[in-house]
Amino acid sequence: MTATTMAAALGSGLRRALEDDPRVVLLGEDIGRLGGVFRVTDGLQRDFGADRVMDTPLAESGILGVAVGLAYRGFRPVCEIQFDGFSYPAVDELVTQVSRLHYRTGGAIRMPITVRIPYGGGIGAVEHHSESPEAYFAHTPGLRVVTCGGPQDAHTMLRQAIACDDPVVFLEPKRRYWLKDEVDEELDGALPLDRARVVVEGSDVTLAAYGPLVVTARDAAIAARDEGVSIEVVDLRSLAPLDLDTLERSVRRTHRLVVAHEAQRSGGLGAEIAAGVTERCFDVLQAPVARVTGFDAPYPPAKVEEHFLPDLDRVLDAVDRVVGRPHALAGWSAAS
Amino acid sequence: MLRSDVSSDRALARPEGREGRAASPPARAATSPRGTSPHGAAPPPAPTTDELLQLLTPDGVRRAEPTLDPWVADVDDERLLDLYEDMVVARRFDIEAVALQRQGELGLWPPLLGQEAAQIGSARALRPDDFAFTSYRENGVAYCRGASPTDLVRVWRGTALSGWDPRSIGMATPQVMIGAQTLHATGYALGCRIDGVDSAAVAYFGDGATSKGDVHEAMVFAASFRAPVVFFCQNNQWAISEPVGLQTRRPIADRAFGYGIPSLRVDGNDVLAVTAATRIALDRARRGDGPTFVEAVTYRRGPHTTSDDPTRYVDPEVQASWEQRDPLTRVERLLGASGALTEDRAGAIKANAERFAHEMREGCLALPVPAPTSVFDHVLVEPSAALARQRSEYAAYLAMFDDGEPR
Ligand SMILES: Cc1ncc(C[n+]2csc(CCOP(=O)(O)OP(=O)(O)O)c2C)c(N)n1
Ligand SMILES: [Mg+2]
Repeated sequence: MTATTMAAALGSGLRRALEDDPRVVLLGEDIGRLGGVFRVTDGLQRDFGADRVMDTPLAESGILGVAVGLAYRGFRPVCEIQFDGFSYPAVDELVTQVSRLHYRTGGAIRMPITVRIPYGGGIGAVEHHSESPEAYFAHTPGLRVVTCGGPQDAHTMLRQAIACDDPVVFLEPKRRYWLKDEVDEELDGALPLDRARVVVEGSDVTLAAYGPLVVTARDAAIAARDEGVSIEVVDLRSLAPLDLDTLERSVRRTHRLVVAHEAQRSGGLGAEIAAGVTERCFDVLQAPVARVTGFDAPYPPAKVEEHFLPDLDRVLDAVDRVVGRPHALAGWSAAS
Repeated sequence: MLRSDVSSDRALARPEGREGRAASPPARAATSPRGTSPHGAAPPPAPTTDELLQLLTPDGVRRAEPTLDPWVADVDDERLLDLYEDMVVARRFDIEAVALQRQGELGLWPPLLGQEAAQIGSARALRPDDFAFTSYRENGVAYCRGASPTDLVRVWRGTALSGWDPRSIGMATPQVMIGAQTLHATGYALGCRIDGVDSAAVAYFGDGATSKGDVHEAMVFAASFRAPVVFFCQNNQWAISEPVGLQTRRPIADRAFGYGIPSLRVDGNDVLAVTAATRIALDRARRGDGPTFVEAVTYRRGPHTTSDDPTRYVDPEVQASWEQRDPLTRVERLLGASGALTEDRAGAIKANAERFAHEMREGCLALPVPAPTSVFDHVLVEPSAALARQRSEYAAYLAMFDDGEPR
C-alpha cells in the first residue's frame, strides 16, 4: 500500500461508491470538470458521466432540495457544499426537510443523502471559509453528523455514510486534506460509522477530539508522555449520535476528561460531551471536564486565526489543569 | 398561447408534430396594470377573461380557444361530468372538514373553496406514475391521487405528520414550508430524466410562494437540467392577508420567461382550461422539452385557514365578483343546457359527495391517538443508542403511573 492524501482517499471513496451502487449520484458546484475546488471529485464526471456527477447551479438550498426529490425517486445523492460557511443557505432544507422526512412519513420515505462539507480553519482563508458548524447539525434530530481525522477514516467513513439510509452530514477537515497515510479499501470489519475510536491508549486523562484536532491530540499525547503524563486520545468520529459508551469506558479508567474542538464553545459539542460524561461518570471524575475550543467570537481574520484555534499548547494547558499539575497556566487547580 | 419568447431554443418551443395544438402568438405586452400601488396594498382587480386562456365562461358558454381546444378534444359530456363530480366531492368534503374544525375535531383546516377547478383539472391530467408535490391546501389534488377520506384529516387532527405513504399514491406529504416542494419536484423530475422514463413531477404552490428563494432556485435547476416538471401556481390572490400585488408587480406567469421556461396563464376557475394547460405542460415534460409554468388564476373564497379572519382585509365587492365566477356553476350551466346533467345524475353525484364527507367524519372521529413512545419512532432508520435510552427512560417514567399514582 502506498500513502495517499485525505483528499485522494475521499475521492477514491466516492469512486467506489459510484461503482458499487448505480443509484449514487453526486451534486455540487464545480465538482464536474474542475473536480471540485479541492479536487476531491477529480476525474469522476469524466468516468461516470454528467448524469451521475452533476455540476449544479450556484444555489445551496437548491442542491439539497433537489437531492430530496432525487431521494424520493430512490436515488442516493451525495451533495458537496463548497465551504462550511456556505452550508447555511442549505440549512433550511437540511433542518426542515432532509432530517425529518423519514419521521414525517412514518418511515415510508428515506433520505439516504450525504452532505460533504469541507470545514474548519487553519488555511489562511477569507471569511466564511474556516467555520465549524457541527453543533447546528448535531442539534437537529434525524441527521447523523460525522467527521474524519485521517485518510483511512476519510475513505471508509465516506463510503459508510453514502451506504447509510439516514442523512449524513460528512464534515471534512479541510486543513488535513493533504495529510498522508496508507488506505485500505476493504470495508469488511471496519468500525461502524457511529462509533468513536481510541487512537492512543493512556491512563491519566482522556482527551476527546475530532476532525482537524485529532492530529493535534495525538501530538499532545506524545508531548505529554515526555513529561510523564499518559493521555488517552479518543477520536469521536460520530458527533451525532455521540458514542458516549466508548467515552465512558475511557473516562472510567482515566477519571479525567478534556474535550477539544475548533468550534465556538457555548452550546457546542464540548458542552454536550461534558454533560453526558458527567451524568454517567460523576462517581469517578476527579476533575471537572475541561474544554479547549474556539472562542465565542466569529471566526477571526487569517493573521490571528492561530489565537482562535486550539493548538498543542492550549490542549496541554488544559491537560495540566485537569491532572492538577503545579505549572498549569490557568488559575485553578482541578484535583485539589 | 405559450408565453415564451425563447423559441430560438428548439427545446423550449411548442410541442412538435401536433399541428395547431399549441400555436405560439407573441408573448404578452411587456407592461401590465397589475400592482400599481407602491406596496401592493390593494388587491389587483380581477383579471378580465380576455387576459386569461379560457374555454368555459362563467355563464357556461363553451368558447373556442385555439391553443387549448385540441388538448380537451376527448373531454365529452361524460368526461366533463366526471370532472364535475370530483369538484362537487372536493367542495363537499372541504365543507365537512371546516365543520369538523368548528366542532373541535380538527385543529386546523385550510379551505380550498373556489379553487376546485384548478385542483381537479390539473390533478386529473396526471398519470398514476407521475408525482405531485403540493402544499397544504391541495386536498382536491390528494383526493384525485387516491388519498382516502380519512387520509385527508390525519395531519389536521394531529395524529400523524403525513396523511399517507407518498409512494402509494404518487403524492408527497403536503409541504408546510412555503415553496420547498418546488425543489423536491424538480429533483424528482431530474430523477425521471436520468431513469429514462416519461413520468413527470408537478409542483403545486401559491402566489405567495413565488417570492421564495426555493421557487426561484427550483426554476433555475429545472430549466438548466431540462427537468420534466410542471410548475403549477394557483394564484388565489392571497397569501394569508397579503394581496398578490405584494409578491409581484407583473403577472406571475411572466416570471417564467426569465428562466427560459414557457408559461400559460389560464382561468383557474375553468376546469377545462386547466385540464388543457396541464396536459400541454405534461406533454412537453414527457417529450423531453423540460419544465413549463402554469398560472391558474383563481380566488381563495374562504379564510386562509380556519384560524384566519379575512373580514380584516377582504373587500366584499371583490369577493362577490369572484363568486360570480364559480368553477362549478359554469359546468352546471353547460351540462344543464346540453341535457347531460339530469336530475338523477345530479342526485347521484350529490350522494357520492355526501358519502365521502360522511366517511371523512367517521374516519376522523375513529382515528386512534398514537402511543406515547411513538414520538421516538422513525427518527433514524437505525435507532441510535442515545435515543433508545431516552425512549426506555421515558417508558419507565410512564410506567410509574400505571396504577394512577407515582410509585
Ligand atoms: C417559509 C414559510 N413562511 C411563512 C409561512 C406561514 N404561511 C403559511 S401559508 C402562508 C401564505 C402562503 O400563500 P400562498 O403561497 O399564496 O398559498 P395559499 O395559502 O394562498 O394557498 C404563510 C405566509 C410558512 N408556512 N412557510
Ligand atoms: Mg395564495
